[in-house]
Amino acid sequence: MELKDYYKIMGVERTATQDEIKRAYRKLARKYHPDVSSEKNAEAHFKEVGEAYEVLKDPEKRMAYDELGSQWKSGQDFRPPPGWDAGFEFSEGGRGRGRGDDFDFSDFFESRYARQHGGTRRGSGGDSHGSAHAGMNLQGQDHHARVMVELEDSYTGATRQISLRIPELTPDGHVLARERTLKVRIPKGIREGQQIRLAGQGGMGLGDAGAGDLYLEVAFKPHPRYRVEGGDVYLGLPVAPWEAALGANVQVKAPSGTIDLKVPAQSQAEKKLRLKGRGLPGNAPGDLYVVLKIVIPPADTEKARDAYRQMQQQFEFNPRTALGEKA
Amino acid sequence: MKRKNPGETTVEQALMELHGELISLEAEFTLEDLCRSCMLQSDHIVALVQEGVLEVHGEDTTQWRFRISSFRRVRTAMSLQRDLGVNLAGAALALELLDRIAELERRISS
Repeated sequence: MELKDYYKIMGVERTATQDEIKRAYRKLARKYHPDVSSEKNAEAHFKEVGEAYEVLKDPEKRMAYDELGSQWKSGQDFRPPPGWDAGFEFSEGGRGRGRGDDFDFSDFFESRYARQHGGTRRGSGGDSHGSAHAGMNLQGQDHHARVMVELEDSYTGATRQISLRIPELTPDGHVLARERTLKVRIPKGIREGQQIRLAGQGGMGLGDAGAGDLYLEVAFKPHPRYRVEGGDVYLGLPVAPWEAALGANVQVKAPSGTIDLKVPAQSQAEKKLRLKGRGLPGNAPGDLYVVLKIVIPPADTEKARDAYRQMQQQFEFNPRTALGEKA
Repeated sequence: MKRKNPGETTVEQALMELHGELISLEAEFTLEDLCRSCMLQSDHIVALVQEGVLEVHGEDTTQWRFRISSFRRVRTAMSLQRDLGVNLAGAALALELLDRIAELERRISS
């Protein structure tokens, strides 16, 4: 175990006041909060910041940490002396702070259990937490996670291995993040926002009560070619100006396989061609929309420029009539 | 004390393919379902409805029906309050702005 530099993580000096630490935390928490942030690795950052704040916000823990830090050399393996974090997870955390005033996952976790049981266990000492549950039957917590799948998975159905980090209450009353890998069947026809409920795969129950469920909310990974809206799939298809003007038969690589597509004559840019039922499968399958993107050939040779000049002479055409100019 | 821990993953279990139940976007959940799953008392959920964070169908609380998307909104609203020290109205505002960002990002990508 490596001793992390909590001050560096928080971006504050070792001499920072408690107020400065709190301000730094709030700023970083907003920046990296997984529900808000678009930063890379936001969740990992957020956890790191939360862990640092958990220690530094509390003058006693901060002092203990500072003492450890002075004895520790960079790169050296760190093993905390026994007992330094006793009561750490479920410490009272009192000192007049209100709920919501501090990041304290363990408090939150604990109080949720307490609320469910209709009482509060806050303030009971760290050692007594295990026995506090004795004789209690309490259904485990439901867990929720988002999983990203490929669009193609919805067309065919797929089995995906997913990794989750799940906070768990250990028998001695600590909260630990546990890594879990699951192999999950992604059913054919799944849509974004739908959820897969895995019964009994959530948090463990207490006593005779069963475990909670695990809900996996499905989202599609961004795809370079396709865009999904509900059950409908959109695909941009580049065509040459003469293909759009004269009509053409083109082969289109679609998620369900290659399609022979007839581009009608006189097509304009952004024209949508609907292929019924070729969207995401299901009871009411979605449609596939092929959106025409007219690509102008480069005028980079004399021959090409001649062709354009010829068009200029042949057409009585003003593309800006819609803006009020004369044809 | 007896404890169940079905989530304990062994190598064999990790390799076992899990088939879940697919919950459609139209599925409806009661206030009780939401409270149980999010481990919150009903007054928290009622407050979220009153703040306009959750959309609900039905007249009184016993007839309230929620969509599956509410589960995540509840968790986000609670975690914003807990982690960022904002109050309910602040969390509601953040959720609304997040919705707008998501909608704009969707439009940009289209």
